[in-house]
Amino acid sequence: MSQATALPDAMVTPPPARQGKSAASPGDAIFAAACTAAGVFVLLLLGGIIVELFIGGWPAFREFGLGFVTGTVWNPVDQVFGAGVSIYGTLVTAVLALLLAVPLAFGVAFYLTELAPGWLRGPVGTAIELLAAVPSIIYGMWGFFLLAPIMASSVQPWMIDTIGEIPIFGELFQGPAFGTGIFTASLVLAIMVLPFIAATMRDVFQQVPQVYKESAYGLGATTWEVVRGVVLPYTRVSVAGGIMLGLGRALGETMAVTFVIGNANRISTSLFGPGNTIASIVALEFGESELGSLKLSALLGLGFILFVISFLVLAASRFLLRPRIGS
Amino acid sequence: MSASSIGAPGRDRRTALALGRRRKRVDLLVRVLCCAATVLALGFLVSILWLLTYRGFAAMDLSLFTTSTRPPGSGGGLLNAIVGSLIQVAIATALGTPIGMLVGTYLAEYARTSQLGNVVRFVSDILLSAPSILIGLFVYQLLVVPFGGFSGWAGVVALSIILVPVVVRTTEDMLRLIPDTLREAVAGLGAPKWKMIVLVCWRSALNGILTGILLGIARIAGETAPLLFTSLGNNAFSTDLSRPFPSLPIAIYAYAASPYEDWIAMAWAGALLTTALVLGLNVLARAVLKTRS
Repeated sequence: MSQATALPDAMVTPPPARQGKSAASPGDAIFAAACTAAGVFVLLLLGGIIVELFIGGWPAFREFGLGFVTGTVWNPVDQVFGAGVSIYGTLVTAVLALLLAVPLAFGVAFYLTELAPGWLRGPVGTAIELLAAVPSIIYGMWGFFLLAPIMASSVQPWMIDTIGEIPIFGELFQGPAFGTGIFTASLVLAIMVLPFIAATMRDVFQQVPQVYKESAYGLGATTWEVVRGVVLPYTRVSVAGGIMLGLGRALGETMAVTFVIGNANRISTSLFGPGNTIASIVALEFGESELGSLKLSALLGLGFILFVISFLVLAASRFLLRPRIGS
Repeated sequence: MSASSIGAPGRDRRTALALGRRRKRVDLLVRVLCCAATVLALGFLVSILWLLTYRGFAAMDLSLFTTSTRPPGSGGGLLNAIVGSLIQVAIATALGTPIGMLVGTYLAEYARTSQLGNVVRFVSDILLSAPSILIGLFVYQLLVVPFGGFSGWAGVVALSIILVPVVVRTTEDMLRLIPDTLREAVAGLGAPKWKMIVLVCWRSALNGILTGILLGIARIAGETAPLLFTSLGNNAFSTDLSRPFPSLPIAIYAYAASPYEDWIAMAWAGALLTTALVLGLNVLARAVLKTRS
């Protein structure tokens, strides 16, 4: 204590270095310990999430074994729970969302780094980032009250009449146009992950050394040729990381999907059909499950599966986006 | 025109011109498509904001802020939900901010290259993007099941867990921007490390850290999924955090999914309030960050 209060004096009149060091140690030790403890706390948090979800899901895993992952029956009355449909819905909506979002995100990043006039880059960039800040539930309401009716009345009938006529591939775009369903959910997800992918792409595009681009321009390349021939090859690993980040976000999105996916536990051949995702079934059925029931355990088990999938995807994203020496 | 191209000067020239035109056309096409993609992306934002303003203002009314939930068809407002959200977000921020700042400080000042530091940084970044619904399930298992019921406190804990990685990210980034010469100057005066960090590093990075906190608040203010499993929601006015607790996002969800016209209208008003708050905080955070330079 006395050492700590003596500190200000020690700072004004420099004492021998050794004494100053020893006077600092109690405060230093406490502060360093607090910081380290906070760091370890983050690790415990992640460990706790894994363990708690696994413990919660254990009765379901024990009851159904591997069949829990592959089973497609979800029947609370017969106490049979399979996660197959939800896992399928989660993966299909997320991948479809990426197919829609990646080209758009590339366009936005290309525009922001190469095409936009200087005064427009800031405002447009901020607006795109604000798209990422809009809460999930707002996307859900927008999707349900505005997008779904438009999809049902004009977009989906049009797609059924055009793409739906193509043999085999067209099967994906047939059936009644409900408005809600897998396809609409993917579209909403695409808009939600677009800003994350676009922001990553923009940031890595800006890291390309100017001389590389200028040498290509000097050879007479057009802007598009510079981006395709210099910028994209230079940044391809990070671009893949940005896409994985978008995938990780899309997999676990809950509220928006719950509003627009139609919530049916079946795999339909058409993308316009209803379905569900892990997150949406957990959000919807949780309220109807009793404490200690097999259903609640199945929902927690679903949470565990979702955690494993998103962890792998986000870890891959992090690995691809790691700062590299020399870049 | 030289001797070597004497064979077919006209044809070569025509081919070159045609190729050049084709390259320019492709370039123009890509440019137009990219501009269209940007306009489309901005269009989504405008469409969302327009819908919120249009439907939200129609339902906006003073009783929204002065009365709590009532049965459909008999008026009522969002008072309980607004107050509930404010209480939960405020406490969650107070809980999560110090932890996030300490972790960020640990990463930037103590563990820049250490193995443990790298693992913490990795895990924190995973938590930043992890599905928030899983945080809700985790807190449900941790606090709701053992303590016998949904409670405001569980919601507060879930929100603060979501806030921590946001603060960690910005704190570390901002502390790393401080030049090492400044740290050396402070250390050279004989100050202990903790004083260097608290009085000099934190102070120089103040605006950046504040930005992180504002972004964190914006993030948790609109979170719905984790609250479904923790504070559950409450139709009555409540300040007792040990019982199910009302919040604005949960109220929006419940009202928007109901079949009653007046409840759906209230959901839109709540959605407008939430979005205005979240986007306002985001813009404010950016303004705060700009004032540092």
